[in-house]
Amino acid sequence: MSKKIATREAYGEALAQLGRENPRVVVLDADLAKSTKTLVFGKQFPDRFFDMGVAEQNMLGTAAGLAAAGKIAFCSSFAVFAAGRAFDQVRNSVAYTRLNVKIGASHAGITVGEDGASHQSVEDIALMRVLPNMTVFVPADAVETAGAVRAAAELDGPVYIRLGRSGVPVLHGPDFRFVPGEAVTMREGTDAAIIATGIMTAMALEAAGRLQQEGIEVTVLNVHTIKPLDLEAVAGAAKATGAVVTAEEHSIIGGLGGAVAEILAETYPVPLKRVGLTDTFGESGPSSNLLKKYGLTPEALVSAVKGVIARKQGKVL
Amino acid sequence: MDTELIEQLEARAKVIRRHIIRMTGECGSGHPGGSLSAADIVTALYFHELRLDPARPDWPERDRFVLSKGHAAPVLYAALAERGFFPADELLTLRRLDSRLQGHPDMRKLPGVEMSTGSLGQGLSAANGMALAGRLDGRDYRVYVLLGDGEIQEGQVWEAAMAAAHYRLDNVTAFLDHNGYQIDGPIREVMSPEPVADKWQAFGWHVQIINGHDFKQILNAIAAARKVRGKPSMIVAETVKGKGVSFMEHQVGWHGVAPKPDEAEQALAELV
Ligand SMILES: Cc1ncc(C[n+]2csc(CCOP(=O)(O)OP(=O)(O)O)c2C)c(N)n1
Repeated sequence: MSKKIATREAYGEALAQLGRENPRVVVLDADLAKSTKTLVFGKQFPDRFFDMGVAEQNMLGTAAGLAAAGKIAFCSSFAVFAAGRAFDQVRNSVAYTRLNVKIGASHAGITVGEDGASHQSVEDIALMRVLPNMTVFVPADAVETAGAVRAAAELDGPVYIRLGRSGVPVLHGPDFRFVPGEAVTMREGTDAAIIATGIMTAMALEAAGRLQQEGIEVTVLNVHTIKPLDLEAVAGAAKATGAVVTAEEHSIIGGLGGAVAEILAETYPVPLKRVGLTDTFGESGPSSNLLKKYGLTPEALVSAVKGVIARKQGKVL
Repeated sequence: MDTELIEQLEARAKVIRRHIIRMTGECGSGHPGGSLSAADIVTALYFHELRLDPARPDWPERDRFVLSKGHAAPVLYAALAERGFFPADELLTLRRLDSRLQGHPDMRKLPGVEMSTGSLGQGLSAANGMALAGRLDGRDYRVYVLLGDGEIQEGQVWEAAMAAAHYRLDNVTAFLDHNGYQIDGPIREVMSPEPVADKWQAFGWHVQIINGHDFKQILNAIAAARKVRGKPSMIVAETVKGKGVSFMEHQVGWHGVAPKPDEAEQALAELV
């Protein structure tokens, strides 16, 4: 867990690799190619790379047209702009049409850092998850990102891939297999389960290590596919532990926490705590400080786990 | 120009207009005004210009037509049916439950529909994407798109206009159905996009202004657009909303209101 790689870096490399293998792949960006790392592809395949300028709505619509004519069109911008600014285009030109448009949305969440709230998407998972036909991937590390890019190219239809700006630990070995829709059990315990996604998976593992030292054994379930959600794994973790914490760098409304709450309420209700942004925008600052301020830390997960265990044991908190 | 061809197209356009009246009349909703104003342009495309094979709607070499103003679906459906993409009987299922003829075009339901539209302002972007793909693949198909003059109030249209010129998409030809009306009134009163021709020119397009109900002018403009190199083409078609039905012409009220049975009868009596 020593090396840190941002998922956007892994995305750029994976796209270039895909470009070498599949001539149907084209890439579009909206004047952020250096930041989203699509420029790695753009430099190697200038004929198949289209900078659309600061015009995200047109980028999504153009990608839809390329896909309608047989291309696999990846398009990238910051998550706020790709999912938010161009929402109606994603809805009507991409999701409704079931076209092969793959949205690589970088700079998601508050770890954007200094740019502040205007650039920190805390709602994109919710926006994309609610769209029929849309698949939503939130990779936790570089290895999952490479797998997500490959899976997106193979899937017939629209895919949203949520990527981060800041370096995150590499959690998986080279032989990890990314299976869309299949959550990954990272460790097992019977006292509680942390169901995490994206950068929060590494923190969940750290929290689990600390809890173990206190004699508390937790399952860590990494959900790289928010939609379709691995219902069996989620309900299974609830059944096996009786207490669940969700962890995401996103609003607790409508994202992973929302999805898990919906499923558990209908299948196997257990004490649940959603860790994430509590109906608030972010702000400027170094990303590590922001994570602390907004309660996205291993410490916060440790106390959330203790809270749900107490509720499970009938102690009202 | 071949007068026989012009007469054939005029006759065909009348059939298309009759379908529009019968379809919207039958289901009691839909958009006759903007369908009728576009009927001659759509007829010229489907019955003279477009390289199509109704038996192979996904033929990679086909020309594409994107109806960006998706509410004019009746005119597209009528043309597709007359061109043989599906039986004309099916036209009367417009907007019914389980029909392939959705209120706005759905490319996944109906063969021949190139792009699902309905949310205004998105069609030109899609057309550009198809044109870029054609160029990448070395295919010589052309992409046509029809925009409304109210529709071009959408910002995305101008993003796409800029991109088409930037990427020198001379395989794209757009029509502006310049009928002068949108839902809330005349475009000049609601939110004027004028002067439209100057704007497209300033965005780097080759621009022609024609009478959108004169087949000779429509065909000549399409032929001229084919010859333009290095630029996309805009054909500003001066049209009449509700064209062909006396009591619908220039009437903003007929934008999204279907004729009642007696009105449909009267309209059909005029379209013979
Ligand atoms: C994004 C969007 N906003 C609003 C509407 C509702 N709407 C349907 S038609 C229309 C007016 C369109 O006017 P115009 O483009 O001039 O069409 P035409 O007069 O040719 O029928 C509006 C506002 C829509 N379909 N899409």
